[in-house]
Amino acid sequence: MSRIQARFTALQAQSRKALIPYITAGDPRSDTTVPMMHAMVTAGADIIELGVPFSDPMADGPVIQAACERALANGVALSDVLAMVRSFREEDTETPVVLMGYLNPIEVMDYSVFARQAREAGVDGVLTVDLPPEEGYQLTTALQEEGVDAVFLLAPTSTEARIAKICAAASGFVYYVSLKGVTGAATLDVEEVRNKLALIRSATSLPIGVGFGIKDASTAAAIAEIADAVVVGSAVVKKFEQYASAPNKIEGEVVSLLTSMRQAMDQIGH
Amino acid sequence: MKKSSQASMVMPEVVLPDENGHFGAYGGRFVAETLMAPLEELRQAYETFSQDPGFLEELDWDLTYFVGRPSPLYHAERWSEGLGGAQIYLKREDLNHTGAHKVNNTVGQALIAKRMGKTRVIAETGAGQHGVATATVAARFGMECVVYMGAEDIQRQAINVYRMRLLGAEVVPVESGSRTLKDALNEAMRDWVTNVDTTFYIIGTVAGPHPYPAMVRDFQAIIGREARAQILEQAGRLPDALIACVGGGSNAIGLFYPFLGDELVSMYGVEGGGDGLNTGRHAAPLCAGRPGVLHGNRTYLMEDSNGQIIETHSVSAGLDYPGVGPEHAWLKDSGRAKYVAATDDEALSAFHGLTRIEGIMPALESSHALAYAVKLAPQLSKDQIIVINLSGRGDKDIHTVAARQGITL
Repeated sequence: MSRIQARFTALQAQSRKALIPYITAGDPRSDTTVPMMHAMVTAGADIIELGVPFSDPMADGPVIQAACERALANGVALSDVLAMVRSFREEDTETPVVLMGYLNPIEVMDYSVFARQAREAGVDGVLTVDLPPEEGYQLTTALQEEGVDAVFLLAPTSTEARIAKICAAASGFVYYVSLKGVTGAATLDVEEVRNKLALIRSATSLPIGVGFGIKDASTAAAIAEIADAVVVGSAVVKKFEQYASAPNKIEGEVVSLLTSMRQAMDQIGH
Repeated sequence: MKKSSQASMVMPEVVLPDENGHFGAYGGRFVAETLMAPLEELRQAYETFSQDPGFLEELDWDLTYFVGRPSPLYHAERWSEGLGGAQIYLKREDLNHTGAHKVNNTVGQALIAKRMGKTRVIAETGAGQHGVATATVAARFGMECVVYMGAEDIQRQAINVYRMRLLGAEVVPVESGSRTLKDALNEAMRDWVTNVDTTFYIIGTVAGPHPYPAMVRDFQAIIGREARAQILEQAGRLPDALIACVGGGSNAIGLFYPFLGDELVSMYGVEGGGDGLNTGRHAAPLCAGRPGVLHGNRTYLMEDSNGQIIETHSVSAGLDYPGVGPEHAWLKDSGRAKYVAATDDEALSAFHGLTRIEGIMPALESSHALAYAVKLAPQLSKDQIIVINLSGRGDKDIHTVAARQGITL
């Protein structure tokens, strides 16, 4: 059983939902990422989504774009991100790590080289934002051969036919983008999300994570009521931006945000 | 009554892309899931309208009476004589309304937007030509218009920014990344993904996700269809070579496409060579880059060894783009077209040459095509023919040219 599957199975047995925070690797510095990953696990993160910085993050909003720019200024490349995961695995062999990023750095490394190195480093899943399944066959196959899950996005605009196609290509979990827009945008409509999730559940038995627009404990709890996992990105990365001039405060801020989300999520249904 | 501009979309024998938008290994649709459905909706709309006689008639009318087509094919006799070789003909896209070929495409996309019931159009722009062409058609059709432009480019192209504002467009400065065209494109995509219900994204070049590369090509192919008929009428034969500058590549593909089946016609795309290909400071992905994925398609890119997109350098803002249309990538690999580069200095020299000898002031983008003709023409005989796409006029560039001469206007 993969680490992702094991984690969801364990959570299900406890009637709990997964909390998946996102950070951009190498922001604010290369050596802060691994300690931050451990701190997030302690604060209640079930899966870590680790962003691979890219120069042109077209699907992200200003907060994550700025995080990419800070990481790139530190010279962080895909190979460095894999090294961070390897280092994280020295102490934590249970928390799944999903890489989230764009295709071009993976193309440059070569799909099969990347898939093998990702598995060796201890990566559990890869979400390539700009790679729909239509174009993703080769990378998905390379990942599957190494036992790494290919995580795909679903959107409010996805038709039923597309939902079926994407769920067939996906493994680990699927990631529903809760609103039309970029990461960190606007507020989400929980009812609309609930309706779409019903449609997705009829197409797959994979766990469903929901992200985009989850800002605080109450939105996290609202999504935890209807989804299997809550993904929180820009709200976390905003702390990196706010405390850029006092980087030693970032960890405490992130931990307190995640702790409040964890508590609110664990209170639902109790 | 003006002669018909023959807007009907007759395809040559080579029919690409395939149904998924691939030109061989290039093109495709590399976008986040939210945009997949709107792109499919656009593809269907385009496919329907491009075969709809009513749509084609409306497009033809606008191209004739609003844009001013057909544009002349002009025999540059004095310039040809000076170069001492082939006869050079200029396809005068600089004489179009708004001063460049860009408007051929914005008229077409705006008409599709109108038929799809979209009330708001957005665009990215580098030098500002596509932004002006979009703002112009938005004014013409009564649509709301937002243009994204890199903060760096806004500084460099103040006149075009003001033109867009006069036309009623909102010009949004983009502060992210390198603050140039590629970042403006990212920002326009973000707007589109957020406002996809009401908004039509008018992409200005033959890049981006399917169906944009094919759709923009088809709207620009009127350049080559007219040029082909005009050269047959004026010279009684097809040209030996075509030359066009390549940034994203829309004016080049517009000229090349209708000639693809004419095996004896050579094609040269000229990229922005900046300080020279050996300096690394250029905008020539086809000459010196490698394949990758950016802005929704697979194509040749300027990137570092980690797959990060790098900054480009060209005296011409319109060529300052790290990618290129996927069909050019395919034409390069297949050998059907050749891609070369002209440096900033070579382009400037051609700019002054044409201005003084023919009384035609070319855009700095188009000057790159002219610069390659300066090399090619003397290698050909006097009865051979080169057709160059003079894609835009140079008024917008006089501050840049003056600055190069140490003059402040």
